Amino acid sequence: MLTQPTPSIPLILRGGRVLDPSSGLDETADVVIEAGRIRAVGRDAGAAFSSNENVRVVDVQGSWVCPGFVDLHVHLREPGEEYKEDIASGLSAAAAGGFVAVCPMPNTHPINDNRAITEMIVTRAQELGGTRLLPFGAVTKGQKGAELTEMADLREAGAIGVSDDGLCVMNAAVMRHAMEYARTFDLLVSQHCEDHHLTKGAQMHEGARSTRLGLRGWPRAAEDIIVARDLILAELTGARYHVAHISSLGAVRLIREAKSRGLRVSAEVTPHHLLFTDEALLNYDTYCKVNPPLREAEDREALLEALADGTIDCIATDHAPHSDLEKDCEFETAAVGINGLETAIASLLQLVRDEVIKPLRFVEALSAAPGRLIPDFEGGSLREGRRADVTVIDPDLRWILTEEALRSKSHNTPLLGRELTGRPSMTVVGGAVAYELERS
Amino acid sequence: METFAHRHLLDIEGLTRSEVERILDTAKAFFEVSRRPVRKVPTLRGKTVINLFYESSTRTRTSFELAGKRLSADVINMNISASSVSKGETLQDTCRTLAAMHPDVVVIRHWAAGAPNYVASRIDCSVINAGDGMHAHPTQALLDAFTIRRHRGTLENLVVTICGDVAHSRVARSNANLLKLFGCEVRVVGPRTLLPAAVDSLGVRVYDRLDEALEGADVVMVLRIQSERLEGALLPSLREYARTFGIGAKAMALAKPDAIVMHPGPMNRGVEIESEVADSDRSVVLSQVESGVAVRMALLYLLAGEATESPAIGEVG
Ligand SMILES: [Zn+2]
Repeated sequence: MLTQPTPSIPLILRGGRVLDPSSGLDETADVVIEAGRIRAVGRDAGAAFSSNENVRVVDVQGSWVCPGFVDLHVHLREPGEEYKEDIASGLSAAAAGGFVAVCPMPNTHPINDNRAITEMIVTRAQELGGTRLLPFGAVTKGQKGAELTEMADLREAGAIGVSDDGLCVMNAAVMRHAMEYARTFDLLVSQHCEDHHLTKGAQMHEGARSTRLGLRGWPRAAEDIIVARDLILAELTGARYHVAHISSLGAVRLIREAKSRGLRVSAEVTPHHLLFTDEALLNYDTYCKVNPPLREAEDREALLEALADGTIDCIATDHAPHSDLEKDCEFETAAVGINGLETAIASLLQLVRDEVIKPLRFVEALSAAPGRLIPDFEGGSLREGRRADVTVIDPDLRWILTEEALRSKSHNTPLLGRELTGRPSMTVVGGAVAYELERS
Repeated sequence: METFAHRHLLDIEGLTRSEVERILDTAKAFFEVSRRPVRKVPTLRGKTVINLFYESSTRTRTSFELAGKRLSADVINMNISASSVSKGETLQDTCRTLAAMHPDVVVIRHWAAGAPNYVASRIDCSVINAGDGMHAHPTQALLDAFTIRRHRGTLENLVVTICGDVAHSRVARSNANLLKLFGCEVRVVGPRTLLPAAVDSLGVRVYDRLDEALEGADVVMVLRIQSERLEGALLPSLREYARTFGIGAKAMALAKPDAIVMHPGPMNRGVEIESEVADSDRSVVLSQVESGVAVRMALLYLLAGEATESPAIGEVG
């Protein structure tokens, strides 16, 4: 089996603000990494090692040192749509975005609904090294919503969960059995919650702005109905159920209620749903066309509150690269999705600066929280002995997002051309540096 | 003369009341030209107008064509059928092609909402929206306003009832926007399946009963019902629609005695409108068509004409 070489030289991240939600730590300290593990964390912990000539010391004063970030929801487009992204460019973008692991959704061409595809993409990622790839397999064969996939096979090949993302498992009986079957193999069941009968031809959130723009609407009800149904099924089956890219205030309310009763359910929210509303569409900006759609201010407020209080477990980008041609067209023709891996941290830090979310919770929602949803995940913490997955952020660095600055093959983000504040400066995966920001 | 403050006409939103009045006053002058023995003026000589139609609409295209020709512009029609779109020319490529022809005005009709905005951002010329998806149809709203003013003497503070498929209607949206500028009470009525999700956000009064909606109306605007609405569980039958929301003489009796009836055409007689109304002296449907040419001449003139040049007719001040 291919694994990346573990560097034998210790790495000392000296003098950063260490934020470790797994222990509640938020203080200035050194982090010492050796043999792929966290060796020590503490004020001047690096001093004992620094005398050794054979160490690498990186001064990270002013930066945040966090457990490595994990993205539970990305689209890397390989196999099949390599003109948008491939595993190499996607993982490179992920590393630059501060992510030590990403979970690609199975809606590739062909669909990842069997062991062969899962093995192919996992192997490809291992050859590349750097950011890890922990895939979702499909819930149903061909994502057709009818027959279950061979989930035992998928799990053995490296899948960490199942999802028919892009499509919703519409049939309640199929969903019930998928939950029961997935539970057998400890797979997370992630649902793209959209009642497709209610969203035929939908282009954006249904409301005053869709009425004004003359675009067909995607009502909140289409999301809420599926979330409500699935929570009932999760209670029936005891499955680990996860709401992908939650976007409506009703869905937040449902998750909160289910969690209060102790159900094993979780939810993720995207940076764009936390930062934008459908107001961004008023000039038919195709770069803000996304599914589920950007909703209203009251939804955004509910999402922010739920992320802060833990009702929503984690942040996931739903990184959805598309070529320029697929966005530079009529709104109704444009592809849905936003390129998110390299802008997530920079754009979300604004919420921390605005004190909407506390730094430790912010870090948790990107590291420990998604890590907990992945079977046998070893990262997500800076405690001694844990696998050395570390993300360093320079929270004050100002930079302008240009096409050239992106490692992704695609540039479909509404943030293009904007000045952002804060940026991941180093990504360490299993003790090896997968990304380091070049400073000019 | 003061130049017109807009380069494009993409939507009624964004126009002020006085700008609408200016367009209508200019149209009035052209309307009179249209009734002269020699109907052609040299105002846009040497200018190129391209009619870019992604939806077939003989009525609107002909109206723009006539408007351009009466102003002596060179008018080119490009009808892009759905099949050639599926063959692959993107709107981006079409814009590049058109830009190379250096048009002064592009008139666009498109099935996608916002397509005129896209074209306006990519071709260096004036763009007139001749109807985009379910979004807007500003020239229809302007010609309707012109027609109302002509037949009712004023646009101010009227009660206007819009009947039928408001949800899918760009005409209803643009009319509501325009009429609100003049203090009109805009009412909409129809089955709830054919009203937009956030109908209240349009600033209109919503009625479920046709009789209540028509009571005291100065203007009744009837929208076209498309048989596609029978799919997707929006309507059980055209028969029931005609029976509950179709405009016949009995329904019209509830409106003001001098109320007028409008329809953007083409009409489905026996569905949304009965022949007894369509052919009555209350119907201004043909007047709408005549107004359409004048309003479009006014728009071409205001957007593409020389600011210093008068429209070669005395009436415009
Ligand atoms: Zn999805």
